[in-house]
Amino acid sequence: MEKGTQKRADLLQGTLDMLILRTLLYGPAHGHQIGKHIQRTTNDFLQMQHGSLYPALHRLERRGWVTSKWEIAADRNREFKYYRLTEKGKKQLLVEESKWKRMAEAVARVMWPAAEES
Amino acid sequence: MRWWQIRKRDADVERELQSDLDLEEEEQRERGVSPDEARHAALRAFGNRTLISEQTQAVWSWSALDNLFRDIRISVRTLFRSPGFALIAIIVMALCIGATTSLFTVVRSVLLRPLPFRDPGRLVMIYEHFRDPSINAQGFNYNPVAPADYYDWRAQTHGFEDMAAWRYWQFNLTGERGELPELVQARGGSWNLFPMLGVNVAIGRTFTESEDRPDGDAVILTWSIFERRFGGNPSIVGRQIHLDGKPYTVVGVLPKWFTYPDAEVQVWVPYASGLPPETLAHHDYHFGHVVARLRADVSLSSALSQVGAVQYQLHMQNLNAPVAEDVASRTLVQDLAQDVQKPLIILLCAVLCMLLIGCLNVANLMVARSAARQKEIAICSALGARRITLIRVQLIESLLVSIAGGVVGILLSLAATKWLVSTWSDLPSAQNIHVDGLVLGFACALVLLAALLAGLLPAISSTSKSAIPALQASSRTVAGSQARTALRKSLLTVEIATTVVLLIAAGLLLKSFWRLRTTDVGCVTDRVLTMGYSLPTKKYDTPEKINAFNETLLERVRGMPGVRAAALGSTVPGAGYGGDNVFTVPEHPPITPGTVLPDALIRTADPGYFSALEIPLLSGRLFSSHDRLGQPKTVIISHDLAQQYFPGENPVGKHLHVLAFNADYEVVGVVGDMLYQVGKPGKATMYFPLLSGTNDMGFTLAVHTASDPLALSVPVQKLLAELDPQLPVHDVLSMQQIIEQSLGNASLSASLVLGFAVLSLLLASVGLYGVLSYLTTQRTSEIGVRMALGAQRKEVLRLLLGDGLRPALYGLTLGLAASMGAVRLIESMLYGTRPLDPAIFTSVSASLLIVASLACLVPAWRASRIHPMQALRTE
Repeated sequence: MEKGTQKRADLLQGTLDMLILRTLLYGPAHGHQIGKHIQRTTNDFLQMQHGSLYPALHRLERRGWVTSKWEIAADRNREFKYYRLTEKGKKQLLVEESKWKRMAEAVARVMWPAAEES
Repeated sequence: MRWWQIRKRDADVERELQSDLDLEEEEQRERGVSPDEARHAALRAFGNRTLISEQTQAVWSWSALDNLFRDIRISVRTLFRSPGFALIAIIVMALCIGATTSLFTVVRSVLLRPLPFRDPGRLVMIYEHFRDPSINAQGFNYNPVAPADYYDWRAQTHGFEDMAAWRYWQFNLTGERGELPELVQARGGSWNLFPMLGVNVAIGRTFTESEDRPDGDAVILTWSIFERRFGGNPSIVGRQIHLDGKPYTVVGVLPKWFTYPDAEVQVWVPYASGLPPETLAHHDYHFGHVVARLRADVSLSSALSQVGAVQYQLHMQNLNAPVAEDVASRTLVQDLAQDVQKPLIILLCAVLCMLLIGCLNVANLMVARSAARQKEIAICSALGARRITLIRVQLIESLLVSIAGGVVGILLSLAATKWLVSTWSDLPSAQNIHVDGLVLGFACALVLLAALLAGLLPAISSTSKSAIPALQASSRTVAGSQARTALRKSLLTVEIATTVVLLIAAGLLLKSFWRLRTTDVGCVTDRVLTMGYSLPTKKYDTPEKINAFNETLLERVRGMPGVRAAALGSTVPGAGYGGDNVFTVPEHPPITPGTVLPDALIRTADPGYFSALEIPLLSGRLFSSHDRLGQPKTVIISHDLAQQYFPGENPVGKHLHVLAFNADYEVVGVVGDMLYQVGKPGKATMYFPLLSGTNDMGFTLAVHTASDPLALSVPVQKLLAELDPQLPVHDVLSMQQIIEQSLGNASLSASLVLGFAVLSLLLASVGLYGVLSYLTTQRTSEIGVRMALGAQRKEVLRLLLGDGLRPALYGLTLGLAASMGAVRLIESMLYGTRPLDPAIFTSVSASLLIVASLACLVPAWRASRIHPMQALRTE
């Protein structure tokens, strides 16, 4: 079971960072919200593993792409750790996005060559 | 990051996870789930919280070092939980690492460290070299150099910057004001020796070229006699001391560190000093040791070939004398270490084998323990520990054991090295043997190697299983994991094989030591006292005076109470080589020039010598008191000489022409053979009458006593002092002691290797016992089932014994095969023993099998006593 987690996390590593940055483009959010958002948006296709999410958030913070701050949530009346996108993070998102696009196109070209021609 | 920052960060992560977890729970509740259910659902959705928090924290930590500290903490805790295991493992490691480090310290100092001279890499010893293989077989391929050869080499070749020579000598040092006379070891060194080596004297100067002549009377003191006899007073330089009654002027004192060629040397005189000028012109008086410094722009082989060419010419010019046709060289370190190099290397191999066995044993212990910790490891990995982490923790454990063992071992080795150096009598530069950076580095490398060897194998094997089967397996044990059992068995096989090799080497060495001990040197050895003296040439300047002293001495000694017989000769059997000479037989056809001349040891003997030492007369007669100066020259030969050079004829009445004396001697008798040294092959011997009055070879008095010979040593010395108070005696020893001395190092290396072998056998049997107990415990329930189904005790016993003895048998076979090769290494150290001695091979196999069976029998017997019901209940 531990091996399984490991494999999926590796696979998602680059992508997960991009998804988190993209989510934070809507505004500051805490870990739970980010996870839920990604899960909901993909219609539960991407099951958010907490074991990957939190290390990823902290990794982004360490790299300076997001900042964090304990703030009171409007609806809950207690503090949550909110993550905010930095300028550096926005630039990084663009980089990751274009990288992903090229990757997806490349994969598509190999997988469905006929569709490409028509 | 500072630790308080880490703390704050950790708390922050915890808080973040908690708040999100709480939120998850709240959301579940809001969906109408019951509070209890909601909590569990939240936890389920969250997953392994500890792991998440650890992994999140790991993002921030300086992780490698952090992890290391954590792992060390865990390892120390684990080791403390089973102190028995830790202690045994540390002791095993300490013994093995300690022994290996000690041996390496000695090897490093004796064989690897260059001598402390200027640019030692370009210094070599050059010897005469006979091409005849039969001479080389006797160990004469490095023959000392005759003085005239040395002078010719130095004058006629250009490959070496310079060549210097030294020779053995000894003096009777007498005091001015009635101090005790003393026999001092001396060397004669050519005037250029010290400058060429790059040695500066501590006080004064070295010899000048004009002092290096037969009448040269300069002397240089070594530091030890300077301090001991002259009180370290520098004013001794410029004063005179008396050597053999002749005045010599002290010109310098050597520095304290200078102990070349050995620490016993007390004084140096010029090379030519005291030698008759005609001796210096001889090409066949082999007593010089030549040191040469290679020129920087010349290769050793081309420089040597020049010297070889000169030597070949000398050989062609002196076809009737033993002048070698070639030269050979070796380094100064090899030259000094020639007798100890082989035993040292063999001992080093033996301790390395022991180290291997020790590591395998610790590895085996760790496999056993990791098997017991199967469940713990399974739980750890179920809780999210990564495999690499588990391996790392185990490796750190073995590293900790090795480091602890290494520290104890290095302390042990300090003591062991000291003991070894004091016990091993002929180690060169013994006073310079100490631990240095290289040795410490070697010890550290050993520790790491041991840790890897002992830790990696068990770590990999114990973590290779995935968690679930391990957890299941531990609930119902049928048999030990196949893979792990196989690993332990193969570790054991290697261990036992190595032990067998060690045991066989030890057995062979011990057997040859025993053979040496019981060697018959050819004369009586029980209750014989010997002592040496030499008569100073200044006082005893005629043969008559020499004979008068010797005859009086013999007469007085033979009259002493408690003396059964007394013999006087140049030396006694077993006490060393004592010189040789070549000869021809005038009655035989002349020998073709260029072939090797017959060669025999030379001895002097008084008329009572042979009967006192109980050397049998085989034909002819012994010397009488008429065989003396002025009478016809006579010689007695050994049985060997008669066999070798007078095959099928009666030698008595024939003559030997001895080239060095340029005279014919009539053979009057043939006596039994003797050995000049225990462990060396016998050699033809010529005995000349002592009463011819020669003084050149020194004298050894041998007294056959009625009781303890050493009890008579003081009365006999007093008698000598009465005859001449200025006469020092040396080597006051019983014959037994002389023989023991030549055995000393054979016994040391044999007993050390035996010690290592026994220790290895012990380790291997403990390993065997451990493996089998473990296997048996694992199979308890299986045995229960078998017995419940009607298996007999005997069958169970046989089953388990077979299981345990199989690796022992494999190991034995492997070890015997490996020994066949390994014994070649020690072949040259064996005496009277063949390397493939069947008795040794059989007895080693038998004793190994007995020990192995005993080690297996205990757990097997215990298992067979188990009551079936009890066995089934142990689940």
